[in-house]
Amino acid sequence: MNADLKVALVGNPNTGKSTLFNVLTGLNQKIGNFPGVTVDKKTGYCDLTDGRRAQIIDLPGTYSLYPKSRDESIVFSVLADKSNPLRPDLVVVILDASNLKRNLLLYTQVADLKLPVVVALNMMDLAKKGGITIDVNAFAQKLGVPVVPISARKVEGIDQLKSAINYANKIALQEDTIDVEAIAPQLIAKISEELQVDNPYYALQLAHQHETINFLTPAESDRIEELEKECNFHSQKAQASETIARYNFINDLLYDTVKKQETAQEESMSNKIDKILTHKTFGFIIFFAILLFIFQSIFAWSAYPMKLIGDLFVWVQSSLHHILPAGPLTNLLVDGVIAGLAGVMVFIPQIAILFGFISILEDTGYMSRVTFMMDRVMRKVGLNGKSVVPLIGGFACAVPSIMSTRNIENWKDRMITIMVTPLVTCSARLPVYTLLIALVVPNKNIWWVFNLQGLALTGMYLFSLISAVTVAFVMKYLLKARERGYFIMELPVYRMPRWKNVGYSMYDRSKAFVLQAGKVIIAVSVILWVLASYGPGDRFEKIDQKYKQAQYSQHVNPDDLHRVIASEKLENSYAGVLGHVIEPVIKPLGFDWKIGIALITSFAAREVFVGTMATIYSVDGDAEKMESVQQKMHSAKKPDGSPVFTVAVAFSLMMFYAFAMQCASTVAVVYRETKNWRWPASQFAYMTVLAYLASLITYHLLK
Amino acid sequence: MSYIRYIMRLSQLEVGETGIVKEFTDLEMSVKLMEMGCLPGEQVTVSRIAPLGDPIAIHVSGYQLSLRKREASTIILQ
Repeated sequence: MNADLKVALVGNPNTGKSTLFNVLTGLNQKIGNFPGVTVDKKTGYCDLTDGRRAQIIDLPGTYSLYPKSRDESIVFSVLADKSNPLRPDLVVVILDASNLKRNLLLYTQVADLKLPVVVALNMMDLAKKGGITIDVNAFAQKLGVPVVPISARKVEGIDQLKSAINYANKIALQEDTIDVEAIAPQLIAKISEELQVDNPYYALQLAHQHETINFLTPAESDRIEELEKECNFHSQKAQASETIARYNFINDLLYDTVKKQETAQEESMSNKIDKILTHKTFGFIIFFAILLFIFQSIFAWSAYPMKLIGDLFVWVQSSLHHILPAGPLTNLLVDGVIAGLAGVMVFIPQIAILFGFISILEDTGYMSRVTFMMDRVMRKVGLNGKSVVPLIGGFACAVPSIMSTRNIENWKDRMITIMVTPLVTCSARLPVYTLLIALVVPNKNIWWVFNLQGLALTGMYLFSLISAVTVAFVMKYLLKARERGYFIMELPVYRMPRWKNVGYSMYDRSKAFVLQAGKVIIAVSVILWVLASYGPGDRFEKIDQKYKQAQYSQHVNPDDLHRVIASEKLENSYAGVLGHVIEPVIKPLGFDWKIGIALITSFAAREVFVGTMATIYSVDGDAEKMESVQQKMHSAKKPDGSPVFTVAVAFSLMMFYAFAMQCASTVAVVYRETKNWRWPASQFAYMTVLAYLASLITYHLLK
Repeated sequence: MSYIRYIMRLSQLEVGETGIVKEFTDLEMSVKLMEMGCLPGEQVTVSRIAPLGDPIAIHVSGYQLSLRKREASTIILQ
C-alpha cells in the first residue's frame, strides 16, 4: 500500500498510545521487526479527511530520547536518521493530560529535533477528575503546535486529530524549548560543521548516542569521540543539565496554562486497590490465585480448540492421501509439510490465551505491581520481577512464555529468563511422564491420601522449577550485563482493561508466531519426516518384498501386517540407523536403540515420544491407545530376558525429557526473540549436557 | 539545635513520610531519576514498601514511581 504521508506516534508508556494506534488504524496494521533488534515494528494505515492515506508508525513507549533499553533507542533512530525509510513527515506526540509535567519532557526533546509535530492531549477526562484545568489554546500557542484534546478510550476527538494531521505544516514551526547550544556550544558547532548537521539538538544527541546508533559510519563515530575529548564533553553531566533546563521550561509553561485545584487529599481509588493487591499476605495470595487461574485456563480452555485443530489436520491429511496419487511427493506434502503446519497451528490457542491474560494484566496496571512484589526474590537468582509470568506460563508451553519475555527491559534478565523457561515442565512433557510413571510407579496410596504416581508427577513439576531457578542463578554469574540494572519504574494508575487491545494483542502474537517461528518448525518437521520415512540403500524395498510373500499376506490380518511393516521400516530408516549409531552413547543412561529413535524424533516435539513408542512396538500409532503402548512397553524384554523398562530406565528417561531441549518450536521462537543463532544453539547445548548428566546419575543411583 | 548535619536519604523514610529532594550521590542514576520527574526541589512521599521490604514506591510529580532501596539511597533529602 502506498501512503501519502508518514506519521509516527511517540509518547510515554501508559499514555494510551497503542489504544490510539488501534483506533487510527483498525485491523489495518502490520507487525514486522525493526532491523537488527527484537522490537516489534507496528505500522498501519489511516485514511485522512481529504482522502489521502497516512502510514502510522507506532514507536515504543519511552520517557526520553535517551534510551534506557535497546528498544527505546529505536525512537531516536527512526526520528533522526534521515536515511531511515520510516522517518516520519509528522510526529504525533501523545501526552497524558493527568500527568503533563513528566510527559512534556519527551515532547520538548522531540520538538527540538525540528520535525513537524502535532500534540494529542489524551485522558482529558481523568485530568478533569483530578481537578486539573488546561487552557488548551494558550498551551498550543506557547508551544507553537496544534494541540488536540482526545480520549482514545472513548474514541473522542479522533476526527479532530485526523484533520490536524491533515492540515499539519510540512515544516516545523514549533517554538524553541531550551537553549540547546548553551549545553555544549563548541562541540555542537564542530559536529554541525563536520558532519553537516543543521539541527543543534540532533548534533547534541549524536554526541551522546554515537556509540550505540547504527546509522553513523565508524569513521564518523570515531570523529565525534575525538571532538568530545577536545571539547571536554561529559555526557552525563550534559544530560543532567539539559534535563533540568527542560523541566524549568516545562514548569514555566505549566504555570501559565494549567490550573490545579487543591482538592482535599482524598485517597484515590488506585491507592485503595494497591493497599490490598500489594499487601504483605493478601498480595501474594491473590497473585498466586491469579497465576493458578491463568495456568488452569491455558490448560483447560486450549484443550478443546487444540483437539479441533488436531482433528482438522488429521482429516486434511487423510483426505489428501485419498485424493492425491500415492507417491513420495504426496507423502512429503502431507506427512512432512502439513504435519509441520499442524505442529505450528496447534500452539495458537495457548498463545492466544496466555497473551490475552498478559495483556489484561498489563492494561490494568497489575503487571507492574507483580514486578514490584516479586523483584526482591527474583533478583537474588538473577531474574527480574517480570520473569515470574513467563516462568509460570512455561508450565503450559515455553513458546508463548518466551514470546512474553519482551516486556523485561533489562537485557540480561530477559536473556536468563529465555534460557531457563524451557526447563519448566510444559504440557508436552505430561504424556511422556504419565506413560513412564504408570509403567514403573505402583498405583498405591501412602498415608491414605498421597497417591504414589501423583507424588512422582508432582515431584517432576517441582523439580523443574528448582532446576530453572538453579540454572538462572548460575547464569547470573556467567552472563555479562550490557547495561546497569535499574528498577526505576512507573506504577501506573489502575484502569479497566481495554478489551479491543486485548483482542488485538492475542491476534498479533498468534500471527507473529505462525509467520516467523512457523518456517523453522515446518523445516524441522520435513527433515524429521525424511529421516523417519527413508532408509539407506534398498532396505525399504526388501521389507516390502519380504512381507509380500504369501506366508505373511495370507495368514496375517492386514492391520497387523501394516503395523509390523511400519515398525520394521522405522527400524531401518535413517532415524532407526541413527538410533543404532547413538546407542553406545546412550547405553550408560540405560537406553537402547529403540529409545534412541524416540529421542531423535522427539526433537520435533516431546509428545512425539508416545507415538514413536507406539510405532516401534507396533501398536496402532495413536496416543489414545496409551494403555496398549504401556502394555507393550511393559512386556518388552532385552535379549537376556530382563525387562527393558525398569524403574531406573524410566526415571532416567524422564530426567532426559525434563532437561533436554526437545522442541523445534522453542528453538525457533528463541531465535526469533534473540535474533542470533548463538542463543538457541547454546541453550540447546547446555540443556543436552544437563539432560545427559541427570539421566546418567539417575540411572546409576536407581540401578 | 545540633551542629551535626544529618544526611537524610530517601531510603530512610517510612511509609507516608514526605521529603524534598536536595541532591543525588550517583550521577548516572540521577540522570534517569530526573528524566522521571524526580528533580531537586521536588516533593516525594513514600507511598508503600513492597511486601518483602524492597523495592519501595514513591509519589512524585503527580504519579507513582517504584525504585529499589539501593537506588533510593542515592537521593539526598533536604
